[in-house]
Amino acid sequence: MSKLFSDENKAAFTGPLNVNNPITVQVLGICSALAVTSQLKPAIVMGLSVTVITAFSNVIISLLRKTIPNRIRIIVQLVVVAALVTIVSQLLKAYVYDVSVQLSVYVGLIITNCILMGRLEAFAMQNAPWPSFLDGIGNGLGYAAILVIVGFVRELFGFGTLFGYNVIPESWYVSNGGWYQNNGMMVMPAMSLIIVGCVIWAHRSINKEEK
Amino acid sequence: MISLFVRSIFVDNMIFAFFLGMCSYLAVSKNVKTALGLGVAVTFVLLVTVPVDYALQTYVLGPDAIVAGVDLTFLAFILFIAVIAGIVQLVEMVVERFSPSLYAALGIFLPLIAVNCAIMGASLFMQQRVTMEPTNAQFIGGFGDAIAYALGSGIGWLLAIVGLAAIREKMAYTDVPKPLQGLGITFITVGLMALAFMCFSGLNI
Repeated sequence: MSKLFSDENKAAFTGPLNVNNPITVQVLGICSALAVTSQLKPAIVMGLSVTVITAFSNVIISLLRKTIPNRIRIIVQLVVVAALVTIVSQLLKAYVYDVSVQLSVYVGLIITNCILMGRLEAFAMQNAPWPSFLDGIGNGLGYAAILVIVGFVRELFGFGTLFGYNVIPESWYVSNGGWYQNNGMMVMPAMSLIIVGCVIWAHRSINKEEK
Repeated sequence: MISLFVRSIFVDNMIFAFFLGMCSYLAVSKNVKTALGLGVAVTFVLLVTVPVDYALQTYVLGPDAIVAGVDLTFLAFILFIAVIAGIVQLVEMVVERFSPSLYAALGIFLPLIAVNCAIMGASLFMQQRVTMEPTNAQFIGGFGDAIAYALGSGIGWLLAIVGLAAIREKMAYTDVPKPLQGLGITFITVGLMALAFMCFSGLNI
């Protein structure tokens, strides 16, 4: 049991959460990170889906790593990922239909999410299933963390809500004689780029000494 | 069809409206020449894959396409990605055979187009748009529309990557705060470019 949670395995899990974050440091999987973050709920669903898919595709590829011929490994990886994404997409449609409509094509785009291919190539092809699983979970959660931060900022300032509930008191709004107004810019796709830019800025200033 | 073409360049721009193909967009936009090469390659792959995927969607996957009452749409992800990987492989071999210099210039980025979200994204958007109302400006109703959409998206992507590469070449001479250098400032630049592109929204022909 102690071997299961050795220092190396712990590093595989916690590294991507902060120091080696997939979005801000490895620059993987930006596409979907920007598009689904206008509200908190789709951001969380997307983050969890990516976590699950990364973890399980890592395990499957890690189990198969000795049998896959090197020349066709990309195709094998893509097929494994595509099968997992199909399952997750059908589950989302069955249980959280409104979110799956909101995510639209971005669920399918998890297939081409560079986090998956990047981790499969860089980690799962060389490591045993259990560390690969932890690595997948860690990277997925690191990705989800950035999504949640961006989603939080955009929903709070763009709609005045969190998870669809109002958090800004009604009486603050200009229409009710107050002083506050929602910032419509935050809803626009362009702002998510700028917010991610700022998150990267903050992250790099904090972790400067480790470089 | 012309409206669809123009809209997919400016209004539904792959980068600025949907953030598709962001990874290679950020990685390859350091100088204009390679950016142009990748942009042309992506446009070409889009131009081949989207009509092929359109044919698959209409004659194989769609409701009642093969056998009445059977809807195979859920297989779309696996089929589309297989088509894309196959076509990229084909393009790679053709380019290597007929233009070794271009092949050498593109290097690793040619095979990486297979995992470029812009290609998969365009195929999935095409699948969504087939089911739209024919009066909708985004409707794709035939091979002509599919080709126009693919070409427009490709040119939009090309425009975006060349634009960013040009800005980044100039930015090498500016004094950016250290933690913001590289990735951070690139994101903010793309954000500002996206804001500028938003003035095209509502464009109608």
